[in-house]
Amino acid sequence: MALAVRQFDAVVVGAGGAGLRAALQLAEAGLRVAVLTKVFPTRSHTVAAQGGIGAALGNMGTDSWQWHMYDTVKGSDWLGDQDAIEYMCREAPKVVIELEHFGMPFDRNEDGTVYQRPFGGHMQNMGAGPAVQRSCCAADRTGHAMLHTLYQRNVRARTQFFVEWMALDLVRDASGQVLGVTALEMETGEVVLFHARATLFATGGAGRIFAASTNAFINTGDGLGMAARAGIPLEDMEFYQFHPTGVYGAGVLITEGVRGEGGYLLNKNGERFMERYAPSAKDLASRDVVSRAMATEIKEGRGAGPNADYLLLKLDHLGPEVIDKRLPGIREIAKKFANVDPVREPIPVVPTVHYQMGGIPTNYHGEVVVPGRQGPNTVVPGFYAAGECACASVHGANRLGTNSLTDLVVFGKAAGDSVIRFLRENPGHKPLPADAAERSAARLARLDGQRGGESVHVLGNEIRRTMQAHCGVFRFPDLLAEGVQMIRALSDRVARSEIQDKSKVFNTARVEALELDNLIEVARATMVSAHARKESRGAHDRADCHDRPGFPNGRDDQNWLKHTLWYKEGDRLEYKPVNLKPLTAETIPPKARAY
Amino acid sequence: MHIRILRYDPDRDAKPYWKDYEVALEPSDRMLLDALVRVKAMDDSFAFRRSCREGVCGSDAMNINGRNGLACITRLADLKGTVELRPLPGLPVIRDLIVDMTQFFHQYHSVRPYLINDDPPPERERLQAPAEREALDGLYECILCACCSTSCPSFWWNPDKFVGPAGLLQAYRFLADSRDQATGERLDDLEDPYRLFRCHSIMNCVDACPKGLNPTRAIGKIKELMVKRSV
Repeated sequence: MALAVRQFDAVVVGAGGAGLRAALQLAEAGLRVAVLTKVFPTRSHTVAAQGGIGAALGNMGTDSWQWHMYDTVKGSDWLGDQDAIEYMCREAPKVVIELEHFGMPFDRNEDGTVYQRPFGGHMQNMGAGPAVQRSCCAADRTGHAMLHTLYQRNVRARTQFFVEWMALDLVRDASGQVLGVTALEMETGEVVLFHARATLFATGGAGRIFAASTNAFINTGDGLGMAARAGIPLEDMEFYQFHPTGVYGAGVLITEGVRGEGGYLLNKNGERFMERYAPSAKDLASRDVVSRAMATEIKEGRGAGPNADYLLLKLDHLGPEVIDKRLPGIREIAKKFANVDPVREPIPVVPTVHYQMGGIPTNYHGEVVVPGRQGPNTVVPGFYAAGECACASVHGANRLGTNSLTDLVVFGKAAGDSVIRFLRENPGHKPLPADAAERSAARLARLDGQRGGESVHVLGNEIRRTMQAHCGVFRFPDLLAEGVQMIRALSDRVARSEIQDKSKVFNTARVEALELDNLIEVARATMVSAHARKESRGAHDRADCHDRPGFPNGRDDQNWLKHTLWYKEGDRLEYKPVNLKPLTAETIPPKARAY
Repeated sequence: MHIRILRYDPDRDAKPYWKDYEVALEPSDRMLLDALVRVKAMDDSFAFRRSCREGVCGSDAMNINGRNGLACITRLADLKGTVELRPLPGLPVIRDLIVDMTQFFHQYHSVRPYLINDDPPPERERLQAPAEREALDGLYECILCACCSTSCPSFWWNPDKFVGPAGLLQAYRFLADSRDQATGERLDDLEDPYRLFRCHSIMNCVDACPKGLNPTRAIGKIKELMVKRSV
C-alpha cells in the first residue's frame, strides 16, 4: 500500500493525563512531536476521575513519601515493583505542585494550601493507621480539572495535535526497534505512517472488555492490541480492579472520596458490614478487599433491593453543605443515574470493573522492557509507555485509589524525559522497513472485503459477557478453563468481523471494528493469564486458592511472587521476578495483608 | 420508541435526509444514548460521537427535539413521542450528527485559556484562599461540548469573530483566578465590537448548558471589569 509518510521527532499516542503530560515535556523541549488521539484531548477518560491525586504533601498533618510507598506496596499485595513505587511516591508531591502552578483548581484549606481528603488504603505510620489525608482534589472532579489544565498548558506550549486520528499498528524494524505507527484519520479515512524516532503510548486501559464497567466507550485497549500484534508481551493482565461503588444498573463511577469524606456501605439489614471484613480501616480498606466483601454480602443474601443484588452507599449524614461542596458531581450522577438524591437517600451500588493494573511492561523511566539479551527487562529501543496502558509496575495486583492520577503525571513526565534523552543520543531517523504498513493495510483490506462475517456489535457483546461471567470478582478454575476456550473461539470469529458501512468519511463502524481487534487481544491476555495464576492475590481471587497457614488470603509467594508476561503468539506465558529492591529505601518484605 | 435522525454522508448523499428508526428498548435503557447505541447496532452507518456516557467528556452533544443537549444524560422517560435528532446547529456537518468543531475550538484557544503568571514558581503551591478558589466554581467545570455556543444566534452569525459563550466563560475563568496576572491583556483582547460585545444577553447559552453553568453571568462580569478599569 502506497501511503503518505510524515516524519516527527516523537509521536505520542493518546491525549489523556499521561499523554498530555508527556507531550508537554516534549513540546516545551522544542521537539517536533505529533500527538495522535481518537477523541479531542479533553474527552479522554482521565476526565472521569473523581476523588483525587495521591501525594504526601502533608497539608493536613504529618505524612511522608515512605508512608505512601508502604501503603502502595501493601495495596499491590507485594506484586508492585518497589523501585518504581519508590520513584512514584517521591515524585508525587513535585508533580502535584507543578499541576497547581499550571493553574489546576485544587480545593483549598483555610491557610490557602491544597486540601487533601482520606482515601482507601492510605494510612499513617507505615500502614499502622489511622487514615491519612493524602488525596489532593478538586471537589469530585479532579480528573476533569487535571485533564483540562494539562490540555491548556499544551495549548500554551503549541503542541501539535492530530485529533480524531486512530493509531492502527506499531512499526518495528528487523532489529525490533520501534519506528512509529500507522494511523487512520477518521474524518477522511486516510491512512498515514508517522515515522518517528521515538514512540510513546499513553492509550489508556481496556475496561470495555467487561460488560459492567465504569469505563468510557473509547477504553478499548488500543495500545495493548498494537503492542501484542507487534510481538510485545503484556504484563499482569489477570489483575483488573473492581471498584466497589459503581451505580447499580448503570455502571457509572461513584468516587471512593464519598467514603473518604465519611460515607459508608450498608447491607439490606442496615448493617455497616465492612466492620466485619476490615475491623480497622472499615470502608476505607483497599478496593479489592471492599469489593470482595460486597460480593460476599450479595452472595450470602444480604444485598438490598427486590433482587437482593446491590448494596447501599449512605452519605446523607454528611449534610447538604459538605455534599454540595466536596461531592457535587456525585449528587448530580446519583440523581441522574440512580434516581436518588444522596442528601436524603443512600445510593444503590455494586462492584464494577474500573481499572487495568497490567499493561505494556515498562521500567520506571517509562521505557518498554521485554525479555531479551539484557535479561527479563531489556529495553525496546524507541518505545515508551505511560499511564493505564503501561505496567511499571506500581499497582501490582491492586491499585490504591488516587494512585492512577499520580501514575499518569509521574510516569508521563518521566517517559517524556526518557524520550528527550534518547533523541539526544540517537540523532536521525532509521530507515523504514519495506513492509512497514503491511499489517495495517491487510487489516483494512480484510475489513473492506469481508463477506459473511459477524457484526462488530454482536461480537463485542459476546466478549464482554464472557469476561464478566468467567473472569469476575470471584474466579473459579473450571469457569476460567472454559473461558479460555470461549475467548479463543471468539478470537477466530473476530478475525471475520464485518461492517456494512464502507464510507470513507468518519466511518465509526470501521473504527469500532478496529477497536474490536484490540479488545479481543486484551480479553485473551486477561483470561489466559488469570487461568494460569493458581493463587489469590489482590484483585485476582480464585475459589481454589483460599486462606490457609502459610498462604495468607490464598497468596502463594513461594511460587507466584512473579509477574506474568503474555505473548499473543500461541498464547504463550512467561514470568519475570518482582523487583523487591527500592531505589534508596529499605525493602518492604511480603507479609499477610489485613486492613 | 421512534427516532428520526437527520442523516448526511458526503461520500454518498447529495443532501441531508431524515431517516426513521423504530427502536426496541430494554428495561435497562435509561438515557437517549442507550437508544442510539441500539440504532447503531441496527444500522452501523449511523455516525455520532460518544465516550464517557456520564456527562463529563462532552462528546455526544446534539440537537434533541430542537434543543441542544447531551444524549448520555437525556432521560428517555423525559422524551415524549417521536424524537428528532439533528447535528448541533451553526457548525459545518462532517457526517450525520458529527459536526466540524474547528471554529468552536479556535475561539476557545483565542482567549489564551491557561494560567498566566510570570513570577518564578514558589517551592510549594501558590496559596489561594478558599473564597478565591470558590470564585472559580461554575466556571472551571465546562466540558467544551459546544451546546451553548451552537445555540447562540450571535455565534451562528459571526463564528469567526465572536468568541461565543463557551470561550468567554473560560476567559472569565482565568480573569477570576487570583493566581492569574494577565487581567489587563485579557481585557484588552476582548475589548472589541465582536469578540465580547456581540453578546446580547439572549441567554440561550444558559438554557442549553447541560452542566447548569451560566456563561451570560460570566460575560456580564467581564463587562463589569471593563467598566471598572475605565473609571
